[in-house]
Amino acid sequence: MFWPEVWRFGGVTEPMREIQRLQREMNRLFSGVFQPFSRDFPPVNVWVGEEDAIVTAEIPGMDPGKMDISVVGDALTLSGAREREVLKEGESYHRQERSHGHFTRTMQLPLKIDADKVEARYDKGALRITLQRAEADKPKKVAVKSA
Amino acid sequence: MEHGERKVQKKEAQTPMEAERTRNQKVYAPAVDIYEAKEAMVVIADMPGVDDKSVDITLDKNVLTITGTVEPASYKGYSIVHAEYDVGDYERAFTISDEVDRDRIEASVKNGVVRLTLPKAERVKAKKIAVKTG
Repeated sequence: MFWPEVWRFGGVTEPMREIQRLQREMNRLFSGVFQPFSRDFPPVNVWVGEEDAIVTAEIPGMDPGKMDISVVGDALTLSGAREREVLKEGESYHRQERSHGHFTRTMQLPLKIDADKVEARYDKGALRITLQRAEADKPKKVAVKSA
Repeated sequence: MEHGERKVQKKEAQTPMEAERTRNQKVYAPAVDIYEAKEAMVVIADMPGVDDKSVDITLDKNVLTITGTVEPASYKGYSIVHAEYDVGDYERAFTISDEVDRDRIEASVKNGVVRLTLPKAERVKAKKIAVKTG
């Protein structure tokens, strides 16, 4: 399978960006604004084809009606909330590893999209958003004429 | 044996032997919440991509193992442009004590969240003892 780390450390200029990103994360951590669902939740994968693009994210335990997906220009915004399990009187947690709370993520897509034809499907906890590429942005084959 | 013929290499085995998986797929440990209710212990595990047919819950001696298999989606004709997470199977094991009533363990899966209810065995529930006078 693919290793996400390889994508981050692409070339010689990448480490600088990583250091800056790390600095930003550290600043945010110490400024006390850090929340369990940080700015970059949920992690997404983006697949691009000739006609459309697919954005996938793993967000288990969500209510599909309570998720908000919107597309403005080439920016996709994903937001939602997962409630914490409410415990009754006398119940107590032994372990709590799952995250809960509200999340919002806006990401810039590397291509132009037709905002009217966005479809989303939530299956087994995985969200799959299919976005049609704008006509002008689809790859066009160029015929090579011989002189 | 001919001169220069390479001997078959024997691979050294790991000791102690660890059971390997037959499928060569990445395995992740799912995040779990465990809480204790009055009548039962509840284990909730996040396993996106898993449904009731692909989850396997086994109780062997004192070890409760939750396994989920995920079919990684392959999008033919698409190329991956941005990857932040990888997809794999899930497995996690817990040792449970005798306090659990094994015959009444219940499990359900919804939207990639596996929920296990482990009822406490009768004798462990705190019994209120009535105090008589005289």
